[in-house]
Amino acid sequence: MHKLKSSRNLGFFVVFGFILFLVGNRVDELRVYQGATIAVYVVAISSIILLTGYSGQVSLGHGALLAIGAYSAAVARDNFHAPVVLTFVIAVLAAAIGGALLGVAAARLSGPYLAGTTLALAIGLPSLANQFPIFGGEQGIFFDVGVPPASLGEDFTQYKWFFWIGALAALVSTWLVANILRSRYGRNWRAGRSNETAASLSGINVAGSKILAFTISAGIAGLAGALLSMTIGVVSPSAFPLALSFSLLTGAVLSGVSTLSGVMIGAVTLVAIPEIADVVATRLGVSETLTTNLPGLMVSSLLILTVLFVPNGPIEQHRTRHARKAAKEKN
Amino acid sequence: MTLTVSELTIHHGAICAINNVSFTVPKGQLTAVIGANGAGKTTLLRTLSGLNKPTHGHATWNDHNLLHSKPETIVRHGVSHVSEGKAVIPELSVHENLELGAIWRKNKKEAAESKDRITSIFPRLGERLNQRADTLSGGERQMLAIGRALMSKPQLLLLDEPSLGLAPLVIEQIFQTIRDLTTSMGLTVVLVEQNAMGALKIADNGIVLNLGKVAVAGTAQSLMADPQVRAAYLGY
Amino acid sequence: MFQFINTILIGITAGAIYSLMAISIVLVWRSTRVINFAQAGMALLSTYIGYEAMVHFNSFWIALPVAMIGGAAVSAFIELVFMRLLVKRSSTGPIAAVAPIIATLGLLGLIKGVISTVWGGADVRLVGPVTNVGYSIGDKTLAFSPLKLLTLVTVVVLMLLLTVLFQRSSIGLSLRASAYSPEIARLSGVKVDFIRTLGWSLAGTSGAVAGMFQTINGNGAFSPESIEFSLLLITGFIAAVIGGLESLVGAVVGGLVLGLVISFVLMYVSGSLFFIAPFVILLIVLIIKPQGIVGTKVARRA
Repeated sequence: MHKLKSSRNLGFFVVFGFILFLVGNRVDELRVYQGATIAVYVVAISSIILLTGYSGQVSLGHGALLAIGAYSAAVARDNFHAPVVLTFVIAVLAAAIGGALLGVAAARLSGPYLAGTTLALAIGLPSLANQFPIFGGEQGIFFDVGVPPASLGEDFTQYKWFFWIGALAALVSTWLVANILRSRYGRNWRAGRSNETAASLSGINVAGSKILAFTISAGIAGLAGALLSMTIGVVSPSAFPLALSFSLLTGAVLSGVSTLSGVMIGAVTLVAIPEIADVVATRLGVSETLTTNLPGLMVSSLLILTVLFVPNGPIEQHRTRHARKAAKEKN
Repeated sequence: MTLTVSELTIHHGAICAINNVSFTVPKGQLTAVIGANGAGKTTLLRTLSGLNKPTHGHATWNDHNLLHSKPETIVRHGVSHVSEGKAVIPELSVHENLELGAIWRKNKKEAAESKDRITSIFPRLGERLNQRADTLSGGERQMLAIGRALMSKPQLLLLDEPSLGLAPLVIEQIFQTIRDLTTSMGLTVVLVEQNAMGALKIADNGIVLNLGKVAVAGTAQSLMADPQVRAAYLGY
Repeated sequence: MFQFINTILIGITAGAIYSLMAISIVLVWRSTRVINFAQAGMALLSTYIGYEAMVHFNSFWIALPVAMIGGAAVSAFIELVFMRLLVKRSSTGPIAAVAPIIATLGLLGLIKGVISTVWGGADVRLVGPVTNVGYSIGDKTLAFSPLKLLTLVTVVVLMLLLTVLFQRSSIGLSLRASAYSPEIARLSGVKVDFIRTLGWSLAGTSGAVAGMFQTINGNGAFSPESIEFSLLLITGFIAAVIGGLESLVGAVVGGLVLGLVISFVLMYVSGSLFFIAPFVILLIVLIIKPQGIVGTKVARRA
């Protein structure tokens, strides 16, 4: 039964991928590039949803895990000429190891303590890049996945190649996350989230299950980091500012922190915000400083407004309202 | 000067904890509210002191509407509530716990007099003024909780299960103190208790709550004589 | 030997400022059980307010109280308008446990954005009322100046005032009672909602002083993108955690410990470790002594 369901899901992901493929052929370069960025955000946000929404651990420092993935992929590519697929695998593994270490500490901490620790990590880790020459200091190092294979035709652009890689990675990782969340592990996480004592009394190893969540989440974040640096082409400390961790968290909250199915909402919004900000700024003819700061202001305002008014995300909100309505009618 | 409750209904989410309850508590008397676990006794007290919100109904004390007021306002109208489970703040000293009860009183001289009076009623508290409340025994804590409530110069005292978790000898002592306080300070007291026997022995009147409704009400003596009450709550 | 003494002196002054930040974190934690990650943002905003006063009146002694009042007002406003709504709206569902954390983070972003928009991302430039040139012994210059002395004196005075307020006044009793048991405080007649707002404004005041002194003790520049700001953002939290989150004394001890350790690491290990060192200290404290150096019993899980 379970197997059947997951293979049906696989079918859904294949169909969705095919639609993406068709769309990718019909829109202009900018949109294709944005599509690649959306794919990056989908991966990153799904890792936060897994961690925060399901296992109940909040990480304000996911940017740091993305950085681990990005740097290890770039180092593998630049220094050891690893094939692209392998660099992604390395990114996942390196970040997962980092996540496991952090997870061991995290399993002993709760809410605000964990949040503060990960925040300190997000601020601190990128500055380490300056400590070791191999990371190229503030300038960073290149990460080049190479040109698209010639067999795809001459007018197959670089951006479209990014989009293909990104979309494929996003589909695979989302499918994996969806299945993990539906598995025994996902159930254990939710049990531990809502009542740690009850969960451990029912025989769940709460600490172990939290560490596992952190490890998996970090691995996926590492993949997101490698994908992100692929689209930028360079890995440097400035690509992983605190603002990135903020944005990803905002994306997760917008998506509904416990609803993986909403992940596109957050990802698309994050990509759309700079564009919307640009349009608004041009229309209203606001000052130059406001124009530069508008995207940041919009992200923070959205985060605050969502937490205040749709705290559990649009999908969960809709479900609750629906359930409440049904209960009322029943009465 | 009576506590009047009429047609009071209180919901806890979807559950109806108190269902259309009416009663009056005469001035200067001790009224025991007894009933099984989950009968709605605690909810009733918490609503009278402003901690819970009622669904509908009325409750007045001295013509002051007790419902839809905040706890900090209600205490200023002479209603003190000792909530369930030795309501003291363990991190504060005995002295500070007592001071807390009088914190809203403008006249600090009168407050100091209240404190002297309370420490003479509970000499054990007077000896331990500078200790932290968590160093006290269970009985002493309950005394401190009552002392704190008395510091607010109440006319109406709401007590929620003062006997909870105490040894039989201590319970007897606490009950006796409550009886004495009612008489000597002219207090009106609502005493919520699981220990029906002990409560009815010291009370003037009794109310039996069952599943959120008043099952029986009357003088304490009549309740103790009532065969049904005896069988259901007094166990003989 | 001389370098050793200087390292200690630098550590103590920096630690004193971290202490103030930690105090504001502790005050908010005690009054509403929220770790306010926007605290440093609020301190920064207060510093900009102080800077405006400095421009108008050209006196640090006017700018400092203006910044303190500004900090109190900003903080009270956020508690009144924002935190109360938050508690009411997101207390259920999977988000409940993390909502306050995420919300204060959003606030931090918003405050930074507002500052960058209003002041165009320019640094706050403040000059202290006394010189920052160190005292000299013989031909050597101590890393301790009249300005650093002033910083220490201010922090100590503020600490004493807060301690007296908390331990000796009825407002202090209300603040403590509301922190330990809001219900009993309420039943005793304490206006807990007001007391919470008051706790936030005290935190805002303390943060404002931290921001002002962080600015004049550094190179006189402070902005949302500056290292000083990021440092204040994490050191306040870390110092508060080292101190056990519950006590003002703990916050001061935590701040001084952190200041000294960072100072020694920068001097004797590597000058570019100023972000990693606090993080490592935090991890060590959390793993070895999770209740903080001063804290006694409650574990980190609550």
